[in-house]
Amino acid sequence: MIMTTLTAACAFGVVAVLLLVLSYIAYQGITSLTFQFLIETPKPVGEGGGIGNAIVGSLILLGLASLVGIPFGIAVGTYLAEMGDGWFGTIVRFVADTMIGIPSIVFGVFVYALVVLQQGYFSTLAGCVALALIMIPIVTRTTEEMIRLVPKSMREGALALGAPQWRVTKDIVIPAAMTGIATGAMLSVARVLGETAPLLFTAFGSRFYNIYLDEPMASLTVQIYNYAISPFEEWHDKAWAATLVLVTLILLINIIVRFITRKKY
Amino acid sequence: MSKISVSNLNFFYGKAQALHDISLDIPEREVIAFVGPSGCGKSTFLRTLNRMNDTIPSARVEGQVLIDGKNIYEANTDVASLRRKVGMVFQKSNPFPKSIFENVAYGVRINGIHKDKADLNVRVEKALHDAALLDEVKDRMNTSAFGLSGGQQQRLCIARALAVQPEVILMDEPASALDPIATQKIEELVVELKKQYTIVIVTHNMQQAARVSDRTAFFMLGKLVEVNPTQKMFTNPDEKLTEDYVTGRFG
Repeated sequence: MIMTTLTAACAFGVVAVLLLVLSYIAYQGITSLTFQFLIETPKPVGEGGGIGNAIVGSLILLGLASLVGIPFGIAVGTYLAEMGDGWFGTIVRFVADTMIGIPSIVFGVFVYALVVLQQGYFSTLAGCVALALIMIPIVTRTTEEMIRLVPKSMREGALALGAPQWRVTKDIVIPAAMTGIATGAMLSVARVLGETAPLLFTAFGSRFYNIYLDEPMASLTVQIYNYAISPFEEWHDKAWAATLVLVTLILLINIIVRFITRKKY
Repeated sequence: MSKISVSNLNFFYGKAQALHDISLDIPEREVIAFVGPSGCGKSTFLRTLNRMNDTIPSARVEGQVLIDGKNIYEANTDVASLRRKVGMVFQKSNPFPKSIFENVAYGVRINGIHKDKADLNVRVEKALHDAALLDEVKDRMNTSAFGLSGGQQQRLCIARALAVQPEVILMDEPASALDPIATQKIEELVVELKKQYTIVIVTHNMQQAARVSDRTAFFMLGKLVEVNPTQKMFTNPDEKLTEDYVTGRFG
């Protein structure tokens, strides 16, 4: 009884904090949130301006990073779960665990040295590399855990029908673990969509709409940062509104992916 | 010629020997039951017959297992086609996270047995019919296999095994997790399937062995103690140990 009360109180506490944060963001951000704000590029103080290019930039950065990071992470996680019991698997697992613990700014500096300095300019590509590096270990480890949860009996059932190992993994194990794998992918998406530090050194930020990989790219987080550190009240309001947009975006992506990967059987 | 002919089979998990010098012939279209106390090696032996033990890294086999006169432990054996020929049903029903139809179709698909979509449908229906499940599921073939009851799931797994047209069916305590009515259905099914298939069934249930099998093999501590016609095993066995076991004196 005491246990139930205590744990329930903690659960309510966590939910309350979450609701408090979300409602405060909504309260502060809703006033400046107009359609203009959503499509315009940033302008000097007093002339309006918005985050249109930052929304597009964030989606492009996230999209490209996901395109590389999620499949790669799933592949590595599958390898670890199905074949990674040897010394090599142990090393890969250790590296992935360590990478999860590395502060994201380190990835930013790393990619800055490796890509930006080599090329001589900030670029979308560099931003994507940094974000993908952050995503891969998260997806890897959750995928491995989820695949290990698939009961051995299910694999044996397929093996006993004459299925080769790779088909068992592809046809039975991964589909059975799909909901969990999607959760891992979503964790990584939410994580990198909220990253600022690695982008400051790589994609840098931009005041214009851009779709080119070899040019600096705006992103919501960097734009929020720029608006928020300014001395202007008007820009502070824009930072709140942009934050609201960012949170909503994460929520939307979550709902869509949940819907796509929902349990069919 | 025997369908399955095992001679001098030894099996090891790492250093521990789980099966000792087992020799056994199983003729075609026989139901043979394996009985014995837990850990006696009957399941391990069953799994040597379709090389399911290959999935255990430390496992090692000595001796030979001939199926239709071919040693299945020869280096050039195609394990996939062996397992297609020697189907298996497990203790716990293990349907795939797919629809009822796709569960049965899976083995047919991966082995490329069917000619076209219509042929696949026919094969799936026939397998479900042979597993005495068709009438219960024909209106919901595209719903999840997990929506079936435990007994239905087990019959689905039998249908899945039948769909790839095996010649031998290995059953590892197929009814141990089921209620008496579902168990009875599985047993009736075994008797029915006997007309077409060679069946090896592991069971903890003496009455079940008596009801469904032609012969019974008694295992103890990794050794094959006795194999005889079931009738004889339960009334007048050769070995004292067998008598003690089947009469429930231990185990």
